[in-house]
Amino acid sequence: MNFFIVSLIKTGLVAFALLTTLAYLQWIERKVLAHIQLRPGPYRVGPHGLLQPLADVIKLVTKEGILPPQAHTFFYLLAPILAVSVALTAIVVIPFGPEVTVFGVTTNMGLADLNIGILFILAISSLGVYGVALGGWASNSKYPLLGGLRSSAQMISYELPLALALAAPLLIMNTLNFREITVLQGGYWLGFIPKWNIFAGPFPQIFSFIIFLIASFAETNRVPFDLPEAESELVGGFHTEYSSMGFASFFMAEYANILTVCCVGTVLFLGGWQPLWPAAYGSDFAPVVILFGSAAILFFHGANALKSRLWDRFSFPVFGVVFLILGALFLVPVLKPVVVPLFWFLSKSLFLVFVFIWIRGTLPRFRYDQLMRFAWTFLFPVAVVNLLVTSFLVAITSN
Amino acid sequence: MPEGYLPLFVFLIVALLFPVVLLWAAALVRPSTPGQVKHEAYECGIEAASNARGRYTVRFYIISILFVIFDVETVFLFPWAVRYRQLGWFGIGEIGVFLLILVAGYIWAWQKRALEWV
Repeated sequence: MNFFIVSLIKTGLVAFALLTTLAYLQWIERKVLAHIQLRPGPYRVGPHGLLQPLADVIKLVTKEGILPPQAHTFFYLLAPILAVSVALTAIVVIPFGPEVTVFGVTTNMGLADLNIGILFILAISSLGVYGVALGGWASNSKYPLLGGLRSSAQMISYELPLALALAAPLLIMNTLNFREITVLQGGYWLGFIPKWNIFAGPFPQIFSFIIFLIASFAETNRVPFDLPEAESELVGGFHTEYSSMGFASFFMAEYANILTVCCVGTVLFLGGWQPLWPAAYGSDFAPVVILFGSAAILFFHGANALKSRLWDRFSFPVFGVVFLILGALFLVPVLKPVVVPLFWFLSKSLFLVFVFIWIRGTLPRFRYDQLMRFAWTFLFPVAVVNLLVTSFLVAITSN
Repeated sequence: MPEGYLPLFVFLIVALLFPVVLLWAAALVRPSTPGQVKHEAYECGIEAASNARGRYTVRFYIISILFVIFDVETVFLFPWAVRYRQLGWFGIGEIGVFLLILVAGYIWAWQKRALEWV
């Protein structure tokens, strides 16, 4: 019974945090892209456009939803629901931190601690194809059909290198459980090099990590592999005929997929919640220093706000106080074992999210034949060779 | 441990209900003024000459067949990878034979130009 209540509370917390993050990922993406292109980005709705996600949700909810009469109604409505549900469910197996005891309750910082974690992620991410393919087919219109076909072919092609890249670190770890994988990556070589899989001996998994990143760009339909929604040739791709919440659902699914992929990459290759350097050298205080430093910068810029941006004089100190409170949380002894691993996990995951946006701001789009040739004649053989080299080196060093 | 799967099912229900409720709530709030022009399939303003239930290139079919073959390969690799240290050199030999057969098939598919997108 106790387990049930704790699970319900954790589900509520994760669901709330996940949906808020999804809403703000879109704000973060627009802001980062804007600053890459030397423009301010969303700025009007709330201070620095912080209420933009709310405005977007209101806009999308009140837009007219059109159900095309030529569409297959059941599958047309099922596709966005399937896409979102599947994308949200994948977060269940991700561990955000170690087993902790808060207020007398011992629990894992993660929803389900399954011994088939990686298989579950692979299975769920394969289901994501259905949302896209069904949405494209059910619209009964030519652009969505082409977008859906392209997208499903692309997603299944890149699934192979992705799975092979995930199998290589398993040779070292010998477990499918995400929590055990993270625990095994604890510790340091020479006292300061973290034993994460991308640095791990006998064969550093840096190649697996790069293959994994490239394949996940394609899996989540992101630039430079965003062929399904190549607006110059296919209008909107598979969601051309969707409007209102149906359209928003596909967007939410895309961001949820990005988040999941970044969490999986963090756990498998970047050591999950393990800190970047040992606690003996004060890694526990890194979040405090970073957050207090951000607060100081905000106070400074608030006090010296430009005349043309007078609003900053009020908004920056408010943000500064928020950062101060967040930093102070890391000093509370009761909360420390919870928030410090969470900080490291989130900072690594959000860094990967930033890389996703960074790539979008940097690279142009591939052509479709290049995309397929790259997957089948380059990435797949490289992933196989990487797997074989890893297995040989592990066998040599372990015997 | 079936108990460990409980949070998964709870979250699955939440994740299934969330888009359904969202779509339903949006349908209650939003305006609805249907019209002939709005209901046409979008083809950049030109009247649609036919519907989209036609034929499309066979390439997609070939890719999905290849995917099935090689995805079965990766499925076999996962149990091998998880029990790798117990299997030792015997495991390497077995998976070497297995991969050799698959690589032969892969090279054949490449020679037949099945991997090229024309």
